[in-house]
Amino acid sequence: MRDKLLRWETVLLLLCVAVLVYGSTSTTGFASGDNISFLLLDYTEVSLLALALLPIVLTGEIDLSVASVLGFCSALTGTLWNAGMSFETIVPLVLVAGGVLGAVNAGLIVKFGLPSLAVTIGTLGLYRGLAYVVLGDGAVTGFPENFRPLATDTIPGTFLPYATVVVIVVGVIVAGVVHYTPVGRSLYAIGLGAETARFSGIRVDRVKCALYIVSGVIAAVASLVYTLRYNSARADNANGLELIAVAAVLLGGVSIFGGRGTVVGVLTALLLMAGLRNVLFLDDVTNEIQNVISGLLLIISVLVPVVANLVRRRRPAAASPAPPPRTQSQSLPDPVGAAAAPGPPEEDQR
Amino acid sequence: MIHSRPIHRAVLAATSAGLAVALIAGCGGTTKDSAPAAPGNAPASTKAADPNATIKDGLKITFLPKEIDNPYENIVDKGGIEAVTELKGVGKEVGPSDASASSQVSYINTLIQQQQDAIVVAGNDPNAIAPALKEARAKGIAVVTYDSDAAIDARQIFVNQANSEDIGRSQVKLISSQIGGSGKIAILSATPNATNQNTWIDFMKDELKKPEYAGIELVKVAYGDDDDQKSFQETQALLQSIPDLKGIISPTTVGISAAARYLSSSPSKGKVALTGLGTPNQMRQFVKDGTVKEFALWDPSQLGYLAGYAAAALASGQISGAEGETLKAGKLGTRTIGKNGEIILGPPTNFNAANIDQYNF
Repeated sequence: MRDKLLRWETVLLLLCVAVLVYGSTSTTGFASGDNISFLLLDYTEVSLLALALLPIVLTGEIDLSVASVLGFCSALTGTLWNAGMSFETIVPLVLVAGGVLGAVNAGLIVKFGLPSLAVTIGTLGLYRGLAYVVLGDGAVTGFPENFRPLATDTIPGTFLPYATVVVIVVGVIVAGVVHYTPVGRSLYAIGLGAETARFSGIRVDRVKCALYIVSGVIAAVASLVYTLRYNSARADNANGLELIAVAAVLLGGVSIFGGRGTVVGVLTALLLMAGLRNVLFLDDVTNEIQNVISGLLLIISVLVPVVANLVRRRRPAAASPAPPPRTQSQSLPDPVGAAAAPGPPEEDQR
Repeated sequence: MIHSRPIHRAVLAATSAGLAVALIAGCGGTTKDSAPAAPGNAPASTKAADPNATIKDGLKITFLPKEIDNPYENIVDKGGIEAVTELKGVGKEVGPSDASASSQVSYINTLIQQQQDAIVVAGNDPNAIAPALKEARAKGIAVVTYDSDAAIDARQIFVNQANSEDIGRSQVKLISSQIGGSGKIAILSATPNATNQNTWIDFMKDELKKPEYAGIELVKVAYGDDDDQKSFQETQALLQSIPDLKGIISPTTVGISAAARYLSSSPSKGKVALTGLGTPNQMRQFVKDGTVKEFALWDPSQLGYLAGYAAAALASGQISGAEGETLKAGKLGTRTIGKNGEIILGPPTNFNAANIDQYNF
């Protein structure tokens, strides 16, 4: 399993290199420092949302409301700024607001045991609606020039934007927690089976609650970057961005059913998507074709592990003398498969 | 939920910590009023214009509409690309598939990398695209807005379809000639807070104060919310509540076509006049069946054409966007640049049975 994971991330990395080589040889303007920093900057908010989503998806849940939380926080920033509040005050308030919205998700999902898909589709609309209630359909601008460079400028002398540093810091923290702490391991355990995890002493509800609250806070951070970067607070900011974030998480090799995935994979996938989008833009590829390409890429990314597993399962099946007839449904946990290919619990095929 | 208790406490602690920080920070800091103003960001190319400069060959000029799939904007951009081709340049149209605030920024940044000579953009959000446009100008790219403006200091020229005053006043002239100069009229507008329509309606009311319109009485302004069904019902309501209504002005393409559809199948057809702003394709059948005599709209392809010429002249140094300069705009003749770098296409075109078949948009 570990090899296979490595392999998918290697594939992503190779694709990244391919895009880089193609871009810098075929497209003028791609390899310039300006363009690289713009390419990175253009994906900061999506990256933050994807990093917020990743731990949630690892537990087998989903949070589709992330972009709406971003929109609400942006609208709130605009309203408070318009009311004459100082930006230094607005920042902590907005972070708290993001956390509260995340806590509402957590409450509905954990307390009432509702499916996260349904709850967050609901709050996706709800939070976006509240954003309009808070700010209306106007726009607020004129954010302070002593803060804006943090979202727009690069570290002097390099092509690395400050905002990308924020992404990297959040990425390192998420990676540290997910891959190197007991809490992180419990995420995988929950993703592989919440009941089993519960019986083995993991406080599933508590972990899930924390994940949704953190997700809200990260989305609030993303909203601050977004608002400052465009110098425009609007209720429709980042509309639809949640789908791109989910796509990045899946493309990064994270199983939508939970229990499998790495931070490195997701970050590589984000880099690939940002680079590809940039090259296609520079080559004047129309939006429709861009959507086709990224759609295909996503389908391939979820198809590859399934096909690889099919191939892997068929082989021992052919070798062993009398395997019981296989059912059509590959989506059910398959005790026979597990017995035929014993391995770490990540092997789970769902 | 036994386990969630500690979480409650943690959340409470975090929230209070956040609020405390906010309170402390609230004692000082950057507010809207104290915020340092945006640096002037003086454009790189403020060199004086040379009216005798020739238009350069091979100029790369890109049109960036609000969204790429909007048929109206496509007609505008086709006119623009036609102008660029006339000037031996290379014109193209790119744009996002959604009219969201920030999606245009990626396109502007891309166009900077592609080293275009001029960008012609219809802004979805005047402020969100401003930083990117300023960056383009700093790199020596000419920036023109059309249809919908950006922040004034982010572009050099705004090509406006028609000025609001012309639109408002010409609508009154149209209805007056159609109802013989006297009688009750009503207005069927879009939403109650639509900026365009409200400005036009104010000019209509002002025009009605003139002595030559003394016989005309504006009895009601109805709102169809730019919704076809609602506009249709509002038309019906107007005709029922004002039996001696002589005419309706609907200064929105949605409103005028819904009103025309109602009138064409009602006994009032031909008796109650209808005018406003509509597209020829939408209104053709109603002009042919006699429901509508004459209505108006600017020609969208001319709007793009004018913007194309403005972009080429800017990129060649023929104009700089300063008030009073003259723009030579091919088949449209010349235009003078007004205050704040604004160029107006001209009075709207009137469409009637005699000329409607010459237009296809």
